Amino acid sequence: MQLPDPETLLTEITTKIQAQLQTNSALVGIHSGGVWILNRILETLKKDIPHGMLDAAMYRDDYAKRGLKNAPKPSNIPFDVTDKRIILIDDIFYTGRTTRAAMNEIFDYGRPASITLAVLINRGGAELPIAPNIVGAEILLKPTQNLQLSQDTKGKLHLSLENNYA
Amino acid sequence: MHNPQLNADGKLKHLLTIEGLPKKILTQILDTAETFVGVAERDIKKVPLLRGKTVCNIFFENSTRTRTTFEIAAKRLSADVINLNVGTSSQSKGETILDTVDNLIAMHADMFVVRHGQSGAVHFIAQHVPDNISIINAGDGRHAHPTQGLLDVFTVRRYKPDMHNLRVALVGDVLHSRVARSEIHALTTLGVPEVRVIAPKTLLPTGVEKLGVQVFHDMKAGLKDVDVVMMLRLQSERMSGALLPSAQEYFKTFGLTQEKLSYAKPDAIVMHPGPMNRGVEIDSSVADGHQSVILPQVTYGIAVRMAVMAILAGGSA
Repeated sequence: MQLPDPETLLTEITTKIQAQLQTNSALVGIHSGGVWILNRILETLKKDIPHGMLDAAMYRDDYAKRGLKNAPKPSNIPFDVTDKRIILIDDIFYTGRTTRAAMNEIFDYGRPASITLAVLINRGGAELPIAPNIVGAEILLKPTQNLQLSQDTKGKLHLSLENNYA
Repeated sequence: MHNPQLNADGKLKHLLTIEGLPKKILTQILDTAETFVGVAERDIKKVPLLRGKTVCNIFFENSTRTRTTFEIAAKRLSADVINLNVGTSSQSKGETILDTVDNLIAMHADMFVVRHGQSGAVHFIAQHVPDNISIINAGDGRHAHPTQGLLDVFTVRRYKPDMHNLRVALVGDVLHSRVARSEIHALTTLGVPEVRVIAPKTLLPTGVEKLGVQVFHDMKAGLKDVDVVMMLRLQSERMSGALLPSAQEYFKTFGLTQEKLSYAKPDAIVMHPGPMNRGVEIDSSVADGHQSVILPQVTYGIAVRMAVMAILAGGSA
């Protein structure tokens, strides 16, 4: 399967996010991929936008089963969430469970005016009534397929697809 | 040898002692604690990790501070908490430890935080409980107090991140201290190259050198150029027989004053597990001085206890 170039997708969602920015907008990246994308977007926009990052591991519904795989990254939302229009950024949208967990965590910081979700790729397979608002590309994948975003030492993004035949 | 604290996959099952815990697990606990430090600064000081779980604090020996910090930690993880001061309840009516524990298991508690005056009592309980229950040692006799040891190294790491380049001195009643053993194990496991103990001979256990520490009986020599001074509480309530001439005499020789602290590095930090005996092991001007990190220790203690509970609760299903 021909995968899209994540750098092209990044440019696309950056343009879409820029078009949506308002005075009370704020950007929040989800560890790890969402934070890489967030940092790249901030570099491009060269604007002083309130931003933060979170690791929704502690809010996941499968915590008792998965535990904390590696030590989670500290969440850091250094601005007042209340009445902000938050654009939540993640790399790949799949079941929607990470998004739900992230939204729950944001609400523990305060009451935002709105939350929209921006992702590089929607791979299909939502298990909750949640869908991304800003999408770079839609690629329908099977549950046995594992799509991963990675970042090289120069900050460039790469996509890889693995087939797990269990 | 099988470590009763770890399950078959090498994951933490109970926290009984720092002794024998691999560096990987210690680092995992400390890194996880970093994520919990910020929780107390939010609007809602809670994360839902232990929602629907019951944590039972069983204290066969009193300790207000330790019990309170465990209670806050469990509540910030959204657990329900039951506190039991067994000293004042069934045991005085003749119930055995295991009967007390069995009753709490029948009430569907998920995690026990246990303090007991006898060394080894917490291990004994851990061997007895079914697989789905985790035990945290909150201090047993002279043996171990692992969460205190962990919060102390967490505090050291926060102020002095380069652990491989540190000189740490523990001062005072090492003999009766369960904290000292936990601290020594944690510091050496995390790669601190030089750990010293400074105490009168009567307050040192025999063979303390075998723990990998250098022994000093003089504050001036012992504190020279150290980065961290960890004071120990003079365990007067544990003191039997004439190990010390008097509290005043002790303060003169081993009490931490500004003057003695000046032998350490100028940016050295001063720690104390509390409760402090001001004017016995530490002078008030040092305890309240700018090098003291005694109150941050308390704050970090909550994050570290949250981390331990979170790790024990995760991945158990």
